[in-house]
Amino acid sequence: MVISNKPGVREPEGETILHDLVAKSGFEQVESIRAGKYLRVKVVAPDPASAKKLVEKMCNELRIFNPAAHSCEVSIGRVPGQ
Amino acid sequence: MRVAVIRFPGSNCDLDMMAALKTIKGIEPDLVWHEDAALGRGGYGAVILPGGFAFADRLRAGAIAANSPAMAGVKRLADRGVPVLGVCNGFQILVESGLLPGALLRNSTLKFVCKWTHVRVENTRTPFTSGLSEGQVLSMPIAHGEGRFFLPHAELAELEKNGQVAFRYCDSSGRTTPGSNPTGTLHNIAGVCNKAGNVVGLMPHPERAAEALLSPLGHPDGALVLSSLLVRSGGRRRA
Repeated sequence: MVISNKPGVREPEGETILHDLVAKSGFEQVESIRAGKYLRVKVVAPDPASAKKLVEKMCNELRIFNPAAHSCEVSIGRVPGQ
Repeated sequence: MRVAVIRFPGSNCDLDMMAALKTIKGIEPDLVWHEDAALGRGGYGAVILPGGFAFADRLRAGAIAANSPAMAGVKRLADRGVPVLGVCNGFQILVESGLLPGALLRNSTLKFVCKWTHVRVENTRTPFTSGLSEGQVLSMPIAHGEGRFFLPHAELAELEKNGQVAFRYCDSSGRTTPGSNPTGTLHNIAGVCNKAGNVVGLMPHPERAAEALLSPLGHPDGALVLSSLLVRSGGRRRA
């Protein structure tokens, strides 16, 4: 899960990385950087679709993200070797 | 009036809040542990969520505490119109529990800001501003890293229209200038209330400004916020 500020909500950490590190170091092609929070969740589920559904339900019910300011993207993959 | 001060693991302003409340004649505070869904001995006339770093701010400031058993009890009381105040981390918990709208994001400076501020009273219909007058300027300190109040544009306009902004950062003469905004908070917002007005959150610490000795200006302004609990709107003292 990647939780990040919605478009239009300023994100000062990414701005600082952009202005004070990246842009000063010759990477002028980089236009924007947004920092966020990353959670890797291991789920036991019969198939990827139901795993995704479960995680989305958890995010919404427990307010893992604050819908006033954040968006939450859930992407899914298999645990290597299982 | 009996007041419950909810203590979460990581609260660190709970005892200061208790001490400040004890200086106000007519208020009898109790500490209540966050796992106590029944809220101690019950019968509270108000609830206060103090500042600190509940659950070490993990996930997001206030996000885990918002699901503590005591918060179910706080919601029940809030729905019945009982006054609820969240200070600093307590404000973050109220926002994360959905009792107040919006989000408190990282300060635009990315810095933890610890300083005395001026705030202007924007509305006196809440139980924590009823002893104050509109436009009154108070001096109270802030100490937080996540206090930038945010709401999407349309919802912010609605909040303003409903008069739900309780306090705004200002300069010493009450002007809300960019220079008096310590965190990049939208519209200089330092405190808001719910639609009904009984749930209030504010980032500055009234308990740290509750005695003249604590204030660089010698003004016990924080006590005026807390003692408002004993004043009905219209200025009469509550029985």
